[in-house]
Amino acid sequence: MKQLGKQTWQFTSRPAILGASSVVGPEEGDGPLAADFDFVYDTLKMNENTWEKAERRMFEKAVRLALMKAEIKQEELEFFVGGDLMNQIISASFAAKKLGTPYLGVFGACSTSMESLAVASMIVDSGGAKYALAGTASHNCTVEKQFRYPTEYGSQRPPTAQYTVTGSGCAVITRNDGTQSGPFVTAATIGKVMDFDIKDPFNMGSAMAPAAADTIMAHFRDTGLSPGYYDLIATGDLASVGLPITQELLAKAGIPMEQTEFTDCGLMIYDRERQKFVIAGGSGCGCSATVTYGHILKRMKKGQLKRVLVVATGALLSPLSYQQGDSIPCIAHAVALESGGEQA
Amino acid sequence: MPAKTKRSGVKLQLDSLTPQVYKQMAKKHEPSRPVFKNCIRAFLSGGLICLIGQAVQQVFMANFDMTPREAASPTVAVLILISVILTCFGVYDKLAQWCGAGTAVPVTGFANSMCSAALEHRAEGIVLGMAANMFKLAGSVIVFGVVAAFIIGIVYIFLGHGGGHL
Repeated sequence: MKQLGKQTWQFTSRPAILGASSVVGPEEGDGPLAADFDFVYDTLKMNENTWEKAERRMFEKAVRLALMKAEIKQEELEFFVGGDLMNQIISASFAAKKLGTPYLGVFGACSTSMESLAVASMIVDSGGAKYALAGTASHNCTVEKQFRYPTEYGSQRPPTAQYTVTGSGCAVITRNDGTQSGPFVTAATIGKVMDFDIKDPFNMGSAMAPAAADTIMAHFRDTGLSPGYYDLIATGDLASVGLPITQELLAKAGIPMEQTEFTDCGLMIYDRERQKFVIAGGSGCGCSATVTYGHILKRMKKGQLKRVLVVATGALLSPLSYQQGDSIPCIAHAVALESGGEQA
Repeated sequence: MPAKTKRSGVKLQLDSLTPQVYKQMAKKHEPSRPVFKNCIRAFLSGGLICLIGQAVQQVFMANFDMTPREAASPTVAVLILISVILTCFGVYDKLAQWCGAGTAVPVTGFANSMCSAALEHRAEGIVLGMAANMFKLAGSVIVFGVVAAFIIGIVYIFLGHGGGHL
């Protein structure tokens, strides 16, 4: 591994994603990307009696599916890096208990998807493991319960509000011995905490937009690349409010984002015209995880995309911090994915 | 990483952006709450709930030979029951997104806040989960209701003489 600039790791061995899984709830299964997900639950309860158990079940299902698709046995897995949005990241820890592998729990709010992928890739790239699993999950009802109101409470959500994705995504990363066909994890840019004093937890897009812009700027500054290098740059969950703000910030910074397709996972996962309840779009760590591991990786395998930069955004607030009047600190982590072919 | 393209010149540093300037910039992209539309919807839906309440009261008065005052309590009980049933079936929160204050202000909103909290925290046990959290949202209504009644009571002591009885 090589450090580029101040914030970017270049994975010189190009660890490969051996298998990746995406499991979602009923609303995501009704969205435009439904065909790309490996498994769709028909109910939010998922035959469990609590929301937390449902999230855990979904996470465990995604772990099992990722191992199955990577065609490795559970005993072969050497590392698990995971996290979720629950207090003390319980869903990831319970999934780790079932796995029985060494485990590092990570928390980056909704950026956990790319944070775990970056850390797992670093472990594999530096020779710390042959197979490492990165994964995350979020459930609409557990998040509503923890961060906002009871799920059945009748409150009117403002037009800037987003809808937490019920979904889990996992990926098995392996050492690149030249036989893998990819996609490969080539670089990761670790973000800095950005806070522009946005205090409204129903306005996550505005809060997170500067973090996404800063990480994208850092990525191009550190690597010396320009946006045109990528076929797709996707932010995690900025949705309809945050994405245009990030676009404006990047335009002001002179980053030519028009060279590439620049979009947001929170806008891709739902059909906002038809699924009006999502309001501004999707959010949650399951959002960027399922869109990346389900939709984007499938498009890469089909050859429609060669190089992709996923910039997962996270709002690092707690229910306590915003009730005490604190602003919302935000972060974004970027991971560069490249499909095989040109360099083994 | 192959095929490096030319180094992009970064002009703006986010560090130089102040929160005030950023908030102004962000505001352009934030759709504001449709206050007028929300008021109309709240008026119509809140009014409809009151109309249903009035109809229920009339039924009690006509069929059980009750005075309007006697019919008030069973009427409220019926509205609470309807609200709780709709909450349990997962309908009330969807109605509330359209109705806003229309479903929040009448007694049905109070019932929904208690029922939803009770349902949500049932998993943490009957005593420490359901019972302890039931007033999580409704508690503030009770606190401020009692405080307001106290203040009005004091005002009534000083100014209420000759103002008739309640």
